[in-house]
Amino acid sequence: MDILAQIAEHLELGNDERVRDLTREAIDAGVPPARILDRGLIGGMNVVGEKFRVRDIFLPDVLLAAKAMYAGMDLVKPLLLKANIPTRGTVVIGSVHGDLHDIGKNLVGIMLKGAGFEVVDLGADVHAPAFVDAAVANGASIIGMSALLTTTMPVMKDVVDLVTSRGLRSSVKIMVGGAPVSADFAREIGADAYAFDAASAVDRARALVG
Amino acid sequence: MRERVVFSIGEAMPPRGDVLDRMGMGSPAPVSTRTDALIEAAVAEFERLAEPTGLVDDVTAEAFALVYAGEGRNSHETPLERIYPRADSLALFVATLGARVSARITELFAADDMARGYVLDAVASVSSDLLADRLAARYRERVSDGGTAVLGYSPGYCGWHISAQRKLFERLGPGEIGISLNESCLMQPLKSVSGVLVAGAAPIHRFRPEFSFCANCTTRQCLPRMRSVR
Repeated sequence: MDILAQIAEHLELGNDERVRDLTREAIDAGVPPARILDRGLIGGMNVVGEKFRVRDIFLPDVLLAAKAMYAGMDLVKPLLLKANIPTRGTVVIGSVHGDLHDIGKNLVGIMLKGAGFEVVDLGADVHAPAFVDAAVANGASIIGMSALLTTTMPVMKDVVDLVTSRGLRSSVKIMVGGAPVSADFAREIGADAYAFDAASAVDRARALVG
Repeated sequence: MRERVVFSIGEAMPPRGDVLDRMGMGSPAPVSTRTDALIEAAVAEFERLAEPTGLVDDVTAEAFALVYAGEGRNSHETPLERIYPRADSLALFVATLGARVSARITELFAADDMARGYVLDAVASVSSDLLADRLAARYRERVSDGGTAVLGYSPGYCGWHISAQRKLFERLGPGEIGISLNESCLMQPLKSVSGVLVAGAAPIHRFRPEFSFCANCTTRQCLPRMRSVR
């Protein structure tokens, strides 16, 4: 089995130390960092994501795999930056103002990183302007918002309106999710996508950036 | 009657099945040994860190009307505004697991130990809900004359605006058990629950989920709750 397949396999198993060692080995052997990322790390996470989608594995297993991915990414990322290799895109994420619940949002961030996106996590209780300012500052192509309380969902509409009023509608897409949020609500407020869970958030983000 | 309740860890420990449900693993699919180990570790951390405490205080319908109204930001119509006037008795409540569990969850995520953080969060979330149920059960024992059903209703859900927390906290003063509100009306520690316990005949708790906000609700938690008091 080649080293990239081994990285993917150990990543699936959540063996973070082994993934770190194998990634180091691959770098030392002269494997291009972009290849390590695509074939080894993201390749492994894609398999994990698919297994999660069909309920062969569950979220804790995904998170163990994500930790293993980070172990490899820590070594590969500086090399990618040095070589000016572009990422898939930048996503600004946060839980909306009035909402301190951040587990779902954290999971989305983990899965997006696993799919090769740059993630700017603003945390919880984020005011509408902060989302837009962060998107502009980081050249983000997507704003992802999460809400767990029905009473905080209107903040999502505030962000959509703010993106529109600042003339960013063509460059910044908006994705929403969270337990009380639905596809209908997303449509109603003018969001570009609704994600039911962390795995589907990755699919939506990929579709949004083309 | 104001009552402070210190729960044992055993009373606060959620059933394993409920934790699996919370993590979307309620199906009969086998749990991996790795997940088993994570749950065991989370339970051990929970036992070490949790300080489950609650506070209950009776409130009249008139006094509760002010708490319910909060800052005037509730939805036009809500289930609770129809339910509480028909109650036999009402009590405000808060319960918390204390600061240490929430801090540990944050710490684990910050250290990229997401799996452990997530499982501990699931254990703590289910436990918080369990504390509210335990308080409801204790209250029911105190006020019941046999056919009483008690359910808890919380600000932030089903049209009762989260800003009502301010009035609730003014009235109940849960600082004594270490709970505070931030400017967004959210409780610190995060693993806390608050609201009103409504005691009355089971039918008063039933309603059709046809309010304006129901269309955007995907959880429909009201249905099993209503079934639970049949």
